[in-house]
Amino acid sequence: MAMDAATIEQMIMEAIPDAVVKIEDLRGDGEHYAAYVSSASFAGKNRVQQHQMVYKALQNKMGGELHALALQTSVPD
Amino acid sequence: MENVVFTRIQKEIDDNDIVLFMKGSAVYPQCGFSSMAVQILSHLGTTFRDINVLEDNDIREGIKDFSNWPTIPQLYVKGEFIGGCDIMREMYEEGELQKLLQDKGIEVAAA
Repeated sequence: MAMDAATIEQMIMEAIPDAVVKIEDLRGDGEHYAAYVSSASFAGKNRVQQHQMVYKALQNKMGGELHALALQTSVPD
Repeated sequence: MENVVFTRIQKEIDDNDIVLFMKGSAVYPQCGFSSMAVQILSHLGTTFRDINVLEDNDIREGIKDFSNWPTIPQLYVKGEFIGGCDIMREMYEEGELQKLLQDKGIEVAAA
């Protein structure tokens, strides 16, 4: 079961409204994505906590419908 | 039931300095992400305990709740959850993983 990039972006934006999200469909197959998420709400959190926020935004899709999402998070300068 | 699994996981990460929960074994990884994690740890010259979640469904499901992390692989160092393969790669590329291991008293290969 694939998810489209717009759905992924929308789910992240709903949970982290100030996020700047960039999604790449790595193989053009709707299954392997890379996501870059930048948000001021990541400040003071370590990488694990930042990724957990994004995973939480994606509810239980990660590891299920969404098999491959390479994730990179950052705090805006 | 869950507690039994959590106890087993806790024992593994207590008994081994570096534990990688992965799909397949270190010798035969069965997923690209797990393979990358093995490569990183091997590059660093570390010895680590590999736990193949494909052979143990209780661990496979339990580790996700244990770490509050939805995907495999998962790296633990001295009982602390470090992250999945994206974080491992990012830390490795920035030299942070080497530093973390050294700070925790684990010998790593020279960069």
